[in-house]
Amino acid sequence: MSIDIMEPQPPSPVRPRDARPYAALTLVGIVVVWQLATTLLEVPGYLLPSPAAIVGDLIRRWPTLLANSWVTIFEIVLGFIISVLIGIPLAICITYSRALDRALYPLIVGSQTIPKVAIAPLLLAWFGFGLLPKIAIVVLVAFFPIVVSSVVGLRSAAPQMLYLARSMGASPGQIFWRFRLPNGLPSVFAGMKVATVLAVIGAVVAEFVGADSGLGYLIMVAGSDFKIEQQFSAILVLSLIGMLFFWVADLVERLLLPWHVSIRADEAGS
Amino acid sequence: MLGNRERASWLSWCKPARGAPADDPRLTPARAATAPRYLIAIEGVSKVFVGRDATVQALSLVDLTITNGEFVSVIGPSGCGKSTLLMLVSGLIPATTGTIHIGGKRIEGPTSDLGIVFQQDVLLEWRTALENVVLQAQIRKQDLIEARERARQLLAMVGLESFASAYPHELSGGMRQRVAICRALLHDPPLLLMDEPFGALDALTRDQLNSDLLRIWSDRRMTVLFVTHSIPEAVFLSDRVVVMSPRPGRIEKIISIELPRPRRLSVRQTLEFIRYNEMVTEVFKSLGVLREEDG
Repeated sequence: MSIDIMEPQPPSPVRPRDARPYAALTLVGIVVVWQLATTLLEVPGYLLPSPAAIVGDLIRRWPTLLANSWVTIFEIVLGFIISVLIGIPLAICITYSRALDRALYPLIVGSQTIPKVAIAPLLLAWFGFGLLPKIAIVVLVAFFPIVVSSVVGLRSAAPQMLYLARSMGASPGQIFWRFRLPNGLPSVFAGMKVATVLAVIGAVVAEFVGADSGLGYLIMVAGSDFKIEQQFSAILVLSLIGMLFFWVADLVERLLLPWHVSIRADEAGS
Repeated sequence: MLGNRERASWLSWCKPARGAPADDPRLTPARAATAPRYLIAIEGVSKVFVGRDATVQALSLVDLTITNGEFVSVIGPSGCGKSTLLMLVSGLIPATTGTIHIGGKRIEGPTSDLGIVFQQDVLLEWRTALENVVLQAQIRKQDLIEARERARQLLAMVGLESFASAYPHELSGGMRQRVAICRALLHDPPLLLMDEPFGALDALTRDQLNSDLLRIWSDRRMTVLFVTHSIPEAVFLSDRVVVMSPRPGRIEKIISIELPRPRRLSVRQTLEFIRYNEMVTEVFKSLGVLREEDG
């Protein structure tokens, strides 16, 4: 006798509802209200420029914005890459070495109470006005979420998973590459996505404190000249850059961890 | 799968346990040649966990021998060390005292000539059902083309052939545990260790997997050491049920289950089955694990 509990059915593809059209509509709505408000209420341009004025400035000064964007993008990308190159190996060391875990990890977590903006002038004094202090600040800001999330991820392997691995005769290398690392990758990516956003902030802060180019520098200059629409256009470009980086990180995650992305979609849908 | 010849050579080095009880009639010299060969010999094993604040004696002086091809369940109250016993047999944790031999070989570290199924299926979420089963061969650096073929056969055996390329999150709890069982069987181990494998499943799925497991076991004639806290499950599956006392876990009683095989789920309605359940229940009552007010 056997009980037929479930008629086996091949899984049907899960199609999560796409929220993007709705969000885009909201954004369009906000821009329309903003435009109407500035026009109808005759808000002076030096307080709140209309979206049309901002776009006009964006088009007029496009070459300047583009040239300065490259400077900021370079700082962000280089800082982010260095953060990953330091952060992930450091997380692996902390996961595997009890001594490092005890001696270093509390300090890394504790050091995050120091406001990065506050030490930016210090770094400037040490490293001068060049690229180096900007990269240093981006790394200081971005590497922390990468280290912490990677440590959490690498530690998250269930004891049973490691028992299973050892009962198969897995070597320490196999346990790392086949079990621990893939199991921790979703968390590593979560940290990297936070880091992309923080890297943009880090670069702008560094440029605020002392720079002669970059979008942060443009915002400072426009602010001191009361050219509010120029500040807005630089902010607009900056947020587009931030979104682009986040999107790239998200895309890489989708390509590398399709299984995780669909689990997350399932959980969000249920 | 092991060929017959390989299976025979495996048997040939399964020596009878040293130091087995002398009054065991199966070990008298006259019958030695035909005596059942012990696959697992557990002798005087105890386990003490040393924590920061306290030491916990999980097992005290356990002796148990299991013959080749036998299905043995270990049943006991929570925390009696039954899972610990399984981990000791697997070599994943060391015993504090005593020795464990598998196939005549003393266990001193993790041994890989067995399959393990835990209560959690521990499927790797980033691998399909098929690749989860094949993992076993990958870690062992075996031929993957042949392993995929065997993995497909195993999945078909548990009715999951159409789910080979599904990811674990697309499967139900029962299906996931079946994949975990296939993974434990891929290298055709002579010994299967199961630690409350169906404890997290609903009753119907549990029945189904119990009956699947018996079918697999009788097809392959492997030895199974099965930890559970369900009396009917232990009685239904086993040749012998080992009843353990509360912590520190000792073997309180070993009950041979003489129900005919192959067993169907309907055997659970028979008087014999109910009597066996009652025998186990009585042991727990005498231990104070089960109490009835109007006793």
